[in-house]
Amino acid sequence: MNPGGILTSLMDGLLIGVVYGIAAMGLTLIWGVMRVINLAHGAIISLGMFGVYLIFTNFGIHPYLALLLVALAGLLFGMLIYYITIARVINAPYLSTLLATFAINMIFIGLGTAVFTTTPRDAGFSLGNVSLGPVTLQGTRLVAALVTLLVTGGLYFFLYRTRPGKFVRAVANNRAAAELMGIPSARILALSFGIGTMLAAIAGGLIATFFSFNILSGDIYQQKSFIIGVLGGLGNPVGALLGGLILGALEGLLPLVMPNTWVPVIEFVLFIVILLVRPSGLLGGKSE
Amino acid sequence: MNKIASFHPGLWLALAVVAAIGIWPIPAQDAALREVSFTVLIAIVMATSLNVLMGYTGYVSFGHVVFYGLGGYVGMYLLNDYHAPLPLAILAGGAAAGLLAFLLGKAILKLRGAYFALVTIGVNEAMRTFISNFEPFGASTGIALQFSVYGAYGGAKQALWVVYYTIVGLALFGVLASYLIRHSKFGLGLMTIREDEDAAEVMGIVTPNTKTLAFVASAILPGMVGVLFFFKNGNVEPGDAFRLGVSIETLVMIMLGGQGTVMGPILGALGYQRLRGFLLTSPIFKNAQLVVAGILLLLIVLFIPAGAVGWLRQRFAWLRKVLA
Repeated sequence: MNPGGILTSLMDGLLIGVVYGIAAMGLTLIWGVMRVINLAHGAIISLGMFGVYLIFTNFGIHPYLALLLVALAGLLFGMLIYYITIARVINAPYLSTLLATFAINMIFIGLGTAVFTTTPRDAGFSLGNVSLGPVTLQGTRLVAALVTLLVTGGLYFFLYRTRPGKFVRAVANNRAAAELMGIPSARILALSFGIGTMLAAIAGGLIATFFSFNILSGDIYQQKSFIIGVLGGLGNPVGALLGGLILGALEGLLPLVMPNTWVPVIEFVLFIVILLVRPSGLLGGKSE
Repeated sequence: MNKIASFHPGLWLALAVVAAIGIWPIPAQDAALREVSFTVLIAIVMATSLNVLMGYTGYVSFGHVVFYGLGGYVGMYLLNDYHAPLPLAILAGGAAAGLLAFLLGKAILKLRGAYFALVTIGVNEAMRTFISNFEPFGASTGIALQFSVYGAYGGAKQALWVVYYTIVGLALFGVLASYLIRHSKFGLGLMTIREDEDAAEVMGIVTPNTKTLAFVASAILPGMVGVLFFFKNGNVEPGDAFRLGVSIETLVMIMLGGQGTVMGPILGALGYQRLRGFLLTSPIFKNAQLVVAGILLLLIVLFIPAGAVGWLRQRFAWLRKVLA
């Protein structure tokens, strides 16, 4: 294996890793703010994929513009889901929120399968390749990584520099105390769920620009989000980006030394081991 | 036998329901009815056994199917590679599942709440991907039985009935065991853990051991049922053996019927499987089976979290005398 090949594999892995990271960021934000493990995350990722794909292929709108529309739809959709379902079970035992979000997942996947079937789709979109010395990278993946970094920066700015963002952090920190300080916690929870959903939709939309997919594909990325969430610390959105990079690097490099099919075994064993020895995540985060 | 006379009438009702489901296709020797009862009985065993962990102990596992899958694989491996007799394969499947629960239990049961639920998803995926690479178990293609294996049981047709009678027995045993656990000192310990684990510890319950024992108890029957199912099926593949959806469907059945009760998982399993059968065969709902099931689950979670039996027991006090 020549060094150029290794470097290309690593770069490919890192670029896809940041996109995994943004999906995981949505999951971990929702967990951090309201202690809900969103099992509908994968379904939203799938819907994000279909959103960008359908807008691009039907109306010829540029995929990155379509991504903006999908992100906005994701935000509103997430808030709607929150008000209809999550708000009713947010104080119930965690089994209720797990099953409620799973029920939402079943409904979306069921509807999606009936409407779109499970035939693989491909947006057929390309931005050519970029060569840097021995490394050749796909343009779409580079842009996806850039968009992710931009969104992460935006999220960071929102959480630390704006008033609603500070409210989100306050509610995550201590909901009862935040309410006593006059923060409208119900609206903030809905907003947080909406943002989490939006991040999932963006991740799906970005993946649709370079991978083929079907309605069930989101599930794989949901599981990667779990692994990343645990790597970076559940409840720590910025840690999710680092977790994504770690997972991406593993996925880029491990196939060079072992058969491809062993990679998920390593990933899930890693997931279990981290949960057991350090449930707050490698990079720290909120634990019970 | 004072002990037996002191059993709650709800146990006899529960056993009668399971027996009725089991005996239903036997007089007519009707293969189609047998298949219906077979799926319901498997669901009853899965739900009743998971209820020990989830309903009594309060630990929600998304990995129940791991025991079913591993048991199935071990049994199929013995049947195919060593031509082991079926009863031995069933016992080995149950033992393998129990052993896995014992080994995993101490480690993962120290995690509480949603962290435990998450790690069980990880265990299921790790197991599925590992078995997909594990050569002795046929890696991604799995194990397919040679047709001659069924010869020892009077041919394939007769073997199906043998499998069926065994599952009826296992279901009855599972319900009885579920009742006995619930009304034992061990069961009281589990329910104390469910209500307040720290308090349980203070009261002198050795919680790690008690929880591990509950985990093992809930794992053995699924391991045995897995052998029966895949023996009947003729082959086993990683995707079928470790399907996360099966674990979740089992959770749904328990929620539907009422967690923590003996009767709940039985009614939940019966109701869910019959509904699923109806939706799959109905021309209108055929494509929307998942949607209808999802909406139903959502409605239960949002409006009747205690499940059918729990709701009935709360609503009509006299029913507490007949529903265990």
